[in-house]
Formats: sequence, structure tokens, C-alpha cells
Amino acid sequence: MDFISILSIFVLACFVGYYVVWSVTPALHTPLMAVTNAISSVIIVGALIAAAAADVPGAKWLGLLGIVLASVNIFGGFAVTARMLAMYKKKEKK
Amino acid sequence: MRRLLLAAPFMVLATPAHAATGEAVNPWVALAYLVSGVFFILALRGLSSPSTSRTGNRFGMIGMLIAVITTLVTHFPTVREEKIVPGPNFPDGSAIYLPDFASFGEIFVAIAIGAIIGITIARRIAMTQMPELVAAFHSLVGLAAVLVGWAAYLNPGAFGLLVGDGIGAVSKVEMGLGIAIGAITFSGSVIAFAKLSGRMSGSPILLPGRHLINLGTLAAIIVLTALFAMAGPSETMPLIIVLTVLAFLIGFLLIIPIGGADMPVVVSMLNSYSGWAAAAMGFTLGNTAMIITGALVGSSGAILSYIMCRAMNRSFISVIAGGFGAEDGAGGGEAREARPYKQGSADDAAFMLEQAEKVIIIPGYGMAVAQAQHALREMTDILEEKGVDVKFAIHPVAGRMPGHMNVLLAEASVDYDKVFELEDINSEFAQADVAFIIGANDVVNPAAKTDKSSPIYGMPVFDVDKAKQVFFIKRSMGGVGYAGVDNDVFYMDQTMMLLSDAKKMVEEIVKALD
Repeated sequence: MDFISILSIFVLACFVGYYVVWSVTPALHTPLMAVTNAISSVIIVGALIAAAAADVPGAKWLGLLGIVLASVNIFGGFAVTARMLAMYKKKEKK
Repeated sequence: MRRLLLAAPFMVLATPAHAATGEAVNPWVALAYLVSGVFFILALRGLSSPSTSRTGNRFGMIGMLIAVITTLVTHFPTVREEKIVPGPNFPDGSAIYLPDFASFGEIFVAIAIGAIIGITIARRIAMTQMPELVAAFHSLVGLAAVLVGWAAYLNPGAFGLLVGDGIGAVSKVEMGLGIAIGAITFSGSVIAFAKLSGRMSGSPILLPGRHLINLGTLAAIIVLTALFAMAGPSETMPLIIVLTVLAFLIGFLLIIPIGGADMPVVVSMLNSYSGWAAAAMGFTLGNTAMIITGALVGSSGAILSYIMCRAMNRSFISVIAGGFGAEDGAGGGEAREARPYKQGSADDAAFMLEQAEKVIIIPGYGMAVAQAQHALREMTDILEEKGVDVKFAIHPVAGRMPGHMNVLLAEASVDYDKVFELEDINSEFAQADVAFIIGANDVVNPAAKTDKSSPIYGMPVFDVDKAKQVFFIKRSMGGVGYAGVDNDVFYMDQTMMLLSDAKKMVEEIVKALD
């Protein structure tokens, strides 16, 4: 993809992010941080590419380590978000 | 021959990871990453209300699954096999790429290790520890970005970045930025984690000439990135090493002068940085999912930092410049004379709470420290059974990170319909019979509205002085809020000070109510 198309996606996504985040209720700002943390670990894509290529061993090992770190974040981030969100429940009427 | 057959499906789907010509533009792959990015947008959109939030979180997981599977399929590990008989797909007959299941196993193990660590931490962590957990997670994203950047630098062929015998200049700028932002996120988050978890003192560490050092280091990073982009393939190594080291250093230097009280802003800011790091890597790899995510996370963190700064009436620059809380003691200390105040007991409080029609509870971080939230919820339940209207009022800086107090109350099963933000509830104090302040101080201090010399002047505060009766739970009359200022609310006619440990006091009130 050429630089300008990538830049276009980026700029538009910044605007989407701006409006979507302002619509998040302040009560859920902590889960918001936990879940953004989990999704920013999509950087695992880069680590997977590096780990799959065997021709440069150094890059491969960096990739594998990157996969471990990003996975901690992905699984930990989504799990802790789910745990928090499960607490936001309306009380059942007795 | 069997191995060749096995390889066939991968030949169709995957461009060999080694393709030196760059990433094959497979529209399906690009589409999959786009879908993954859209799922991430939906994940954040779901957080607009608690009822849709759980679905949102699931969308996030689906998005991540799509991104990971797409990458695994298109970049399945391969090994190069020499001297194969010529065939239609391999006219030169010299080499072929076969799937490398051993490497795939390694990748799988790496994911599994991360998953076990991540899920274990997520299950065990106490809700009061969320700020340091988030800081720790940010540091991992930062470090992962540095590792991916370095891997791309060492093996540009795998990432399709080779132009001739080197990496393209634009790619090098993106790579340099990604590594720099990632490294800053990492070392900054490590310091934030240490300060939040009490492993390091929360008081600011001020180096002489720190602004000059920081600006100089930042300038050096920018110059190095430019030099790195322009350098020939053989001379880039020392440049990127220095760049990485300086970026780690600046992250450390930027956060040590910032005091513990400003950590909510710092955590949000690092959240933003971790997003920009992912976006920079997305530019390097031309990956839509990473770019969309990076932009989302980057704006999210930036908005949260802005909200936190506004709630403390501080400018972002003054927070970043650091030093807040270092000059304390010069302000409020000497002017404090002993003023008369009324002290009450749990029985008095229980009696008046019972008689009230409308009670607004203002919890602060002191409540969480005393672990009083469960007792508080019990008190709320009893009062509601007696027909009292009870609401919770939350200041944006009530916890140690944005929205932290809401999570702590949710954990104690307080109904989220009863929890209100500052601007939504502040007008209701005039009709409230009781304002019940527990573990909060600065957020109810009227000096923020009236005293221009006060360090908290301009910060939005609750108008508790408008309530008919104020109960103020506080350990003793000695302590002051982090801003170190006296609070006129203590001495108002309608205020009753309940001097005790927050949890003990609430438990006694509960007993008296029964």
C-alpha cells in the first residue's frame, strides 16, 4: 500500500477514535483503558511475521519474545476487561 | 512428493514470507485486516453503556482473532528447500518453500505462555491495583513494539521492506519512530508502575536542568531518526542502537519528575503512546488493523488525559513538566489555626441518615484504601429499604485512574444507575438532606471556587455546602488532602465530623441502623 492511502486510513481512524471515545461513558473509562491496551497488542501481527521467517535467527527470536509479550497483553487485557464489565450489573429487584 | 502436496495450499494463499519483492497485495488479506480494525472500533463503541459493553469486549476479541489468524495463514513459517525438480510453479526448479511445522509449534508455545501469564494476572489482580496493572500492560506493548521494530530492521525481507539492497527511507523513518515511541512507552510505564505500586516513592524526582536535558534528548532522537533514514545500509546499525537507548532514557526521564497525584494523567498519556507506537508499526508494515487500532488507542489515551487534566484544572504542559507536590508545605501549613468543629458519633449519623429523604455519598480514594466500599453498599441497601433515596457522586479524579472509582463501586455491587458524574449531580446538592463524604477531601473543598491563591483553585468541586447536613468521615483532623490545603467544609455549621477509620465508621453506622 502506498504511503498516502495508509496516511488517509490513519487520519480518518483518528477522527473515528475521537468521536467513539467521547461517547464512552465516564463510568467505563477504566475498562476502556484495559481494552485499548488489549487491542493495541495487535502489534502481535508484526511479531508473528518476524517469528515465521527463519532466515535471520536474531529477528526470529525477537519475534517470538514479542509474541509472548503481546499475548500476555491480549489475553490479560481482554480477561481483566471482561472481569470488570461483569461487575457492572443492575441489581435484581427482590 | 508428499511434502510438495502438503505445501500446495500454502502456495496459493501465502506469498512466501521471504518474498523480497514486498508484501503481495492480496485483496482478501487486506480485507481481513480491515474487518479486524472495524471490530476494534465496535469494541470501543460498545463501551458507551454498561449494557452493551460486554458485547463490545467480545467484538474486540473477534477482531484480534481475525488479525492473528490472517497473519498465521499468510505468513505460515516456511523453510527453503533447494534443488527441486522444475514444475509449473517453480520454473527454475532451484528452490521451494515448504511449511515449517516446527516453527509453527514455537509460535504456538509463545502464544500459550503469554496466555497463561496474562489470564493468571487478570484473574488474581485486585481492583484497587488496576492502575498499576494497566501501567504494566502498557510497558509490554511498548517493549513489543521495540522488538517488532528491531526484527523488521534485522530482517526487512520478511516484512517486504527491501528496496534494492536496503530498507526504503520512508520505512526507516516509520521504523525509527515506532521503536522510539515504543521504548518511551516501555520505560515510562515501568516508572509509572513503580510509582503506582509503591515500589518507588510517589514524590517527584527533580534533576537540575531537566527541561534542557529532556528537550536535548528529544531533539537528538529526531536528528538520529533522520540520519538513520538517510544512511546507507551498512552504516545504520550504530544509529538505531543509539536511537533505541536514548528513547528508553527519555521515557524514564519524562516520568520521574511527575508526582504520584498526577499519575492518572500519566497512565492515560502512556495509554495514548502505546497506541501511537502500534500505529507507527502499522505504517511500517502497511497493516490496516494496526493503523486503525493505533489511531483509536492513541486518541483514547489523549482524550482521557485531557479529561483528567480538566478535572484537576491543570494544563497538560504543567503535568508533563512535573514537579507538582514537591513544593508542598509552603502553602497551607502555617496559616492553619485550630478552628471549632463539631464531632459526631455513628449513632448520630445513623439517626439523621434514617430521617433523610435524599442522601448523596461522595467516595474518594481513601474509601478504597480503607476497603470500606462493601460496608458502604450495605449501608446503602439498609437506607433504601427504609425509603431513603441514595446516590453516589463521583469526581473524575476520585480514583487513581480514569473511572477507577466506578469499578470499585461496581465491585461492591453498587447499582451503576445510582452512580453519577460530577456535572450530572452537582445541582442536586441543594435538595439533598445529607452529603456523606468518605475518603475524599480536595474534591469538596470550596477554596477551589473562592480562594485564588489556593493550589486547587479552578478545579471543579462538589457543592456540598448546599446540602442541609454534611457528614465527613476522616481519620483525624490533622491530615489534609494531597494538595495540602485546609478545607472550610470541616468547620461549617451543618458539618459533622466522623473521626474514625472509614470502614469501621461505616460498619458502626450499619449496626446502629439495624
